[in-house]
Amino acid sequence: MLRRFDVHRATSVKEAVQLRGLFGEDAAVFAGGTEILLAMKLGVARWPHLIDVKTIKPLADISATKDTLRIGATATHRSIERSEVVARVLPALARVEANVANVRVRAAGTLAGNLAFAEPHADPPALLIALGARVILEGGAGSRTVPVAELITGMYETAIAADEIIVAIEIPLPARDARVAYVKFQILERPSVGVAAVATMRDGRFVGAPTMVVGAVDEMPRRVDTAQFAGAGASDADTLGAIAEAARAAVEPTADLAGSVDYKRHLVGVFAQRAVASLVARAS
Amino acid sequence: MGRREIQLQLNGGDRRVEVEDQMLLIELVRSLGLVGTKLSCDTQVCGACTVLLDGHPVSSCTTLAIEADGKPVVTIEGLADGTKLHPLQEAFIERFAFQCGYCTPGMIVSAKALLDEKPAPDAAEVRHWMEGNICRCTGYQTIVDAVLDAADQMRSAR
Repeated sequence: MLRRFDVHRATSVKEAVQLRGLFGEDAAVFAGGTEILLAMKLGVARWPHLIDVKTIKPLADISATKDTLRIGATATHRSIERSEVVARVLPALARVEANVANVRVRAAGTLAGNLAFAEPHADPPALLIALGARVILEGGAGSRTVPVAELITGMYETAIAADEIIVAIEIPLPARDARVAYVKFQILERPSVGVAAVATMRDGRFVGAPTMVVGAVDEMPRRVDTAQFAGAGASDADTLGAIAEAARAAVEPTADLAGSVDYKRHLVGVFAQRAVASLVARAS
Repeated sequence: MGRREIQLQLNGGDRRVEVEDQMLLIELVRSLGLVGTKLSCDTQVCGACTVLLDGHPVSSCTTLAIEADGKPVVTIEGLADGTKLHPLQEAFIERFAFQCGYCTPGMIVSAKALLDEKPAPDAAEVRHWMEGNICRCTGYQTIVDAVLDAADQMRSAR
C-alpha cells in the first residue's frame, strides 16, 4: 500500500525537464521504480509527484559507435544483459547486469535509475567508474556531461540538479587488448563487496597501472591507488599482497547486516586479489 | 492523473478498470479475485508476488497497476487450460516441489518466464533464474527438478 501520488507521463525530455523544474524536490523521476517505490513503501521517502520517463521512447535505446557504448536512461538491466550490441562491444557489462539483484528487478530496474538513486550497495557503479563512463544530463540550463565518478557524491546523493534528468550513459569502450573483470561477494539481495578491475596485460604483467574500483562496501565507490603496480607481475604473491593492502586502504566500510567494518575490509582485500586473478584468467 | 482508466489483457481477457496512480499491481489483481498471487516480503526480494507483465516476470508488490495499461498480464490463474494444469503445475505436484505452497504461484510464474525464453535450460540456468524466488520448505532441489521436468515435457509435446 502506497500513499497517494500523481504520475506524470512525460512524452519528451523537454517535458520531463519542465516537470522537474515545476515540482522540484516534490517529484522523483520514475523509470523502473525498483528503488523509489520501495523507498516510499518503507516510508523513508515521499514524493507527491512521479515523472514517468518510460513514455519517452528514444530513451530505451542501446547503441554503439566504434569507441563508445551509449545506454539510454530507460534501458533496463535485463535489456542490457540481453542486448546484442552490449554482448558484442562490452560483454563484461552484460555479465555484471546478468547478476544484479534478481530477474524481476532486472526486468523493471534501469541502469540510469541505479546511478540516480545512488544506493551504495550496487554493482554497476564500480564497473562504470573503472571504465571511465559518463552520464548525459539534460536540465533547464541545457545539457551537460558528468563522469560517473563525479555523479555519485555520497550515500543516496548525486550531482544531479533538481531540474535535471539522466538521458543516457556513455561508456568509452576499453582498448581491444584490455581485460575487464568484476567480482563480488553477496549473501543477501545486494552485494556486500564488489571490485572492478580494468588492465592491459602482457606476459603476465600489467602494461601501465591497472584501474581498480571498490564498490558496495563504502558510502560510495572508491578508486584504489594502483600507480605502484605499473608493470608488476599480476600473479606475483608480493604484488597481490600489496594490491589487497591498497584496496583495503581505499575504503571506509559501512557496517550493516552483511558484516562488520573489519570483516568487510578483509573481504575487500580478498576480492581485490580475486579481481586480478580474474583478469589473468580472462582472454578479453 | 491521480485516477485513470486502464485497459489490460489479464490472463488473455480484456479488462478495463479504473485505478489510482499509487495502486500496486498486486492490489489490482487480487481485487479482481485473482488471489493466487501472494504478498510476502513486499520488497521484491522473495518472488511470491511474481506475475508476467508484457512477458517479463515482475514483482507485482512493487509495480504500479498503471504500468499494465495496454499490456498483457499473466498470473498463476492464467496458466492452466480449463481444468488441464500447465506442465509446470503438473511437474510441481509430481516432484513434491512445495510444502506450504505459499511461494508456489510465484515460483511457477517465474519458471514459466524462463521456459518461454529458454525452452531447454540446464540446472545451473534454472538455479540462476530462480534465485530471486525464496522457499522456506523444500530446500529447492525438487523445484529445480520440477522445472527441468516441465521443460522436457513441454519440448516433447511440441
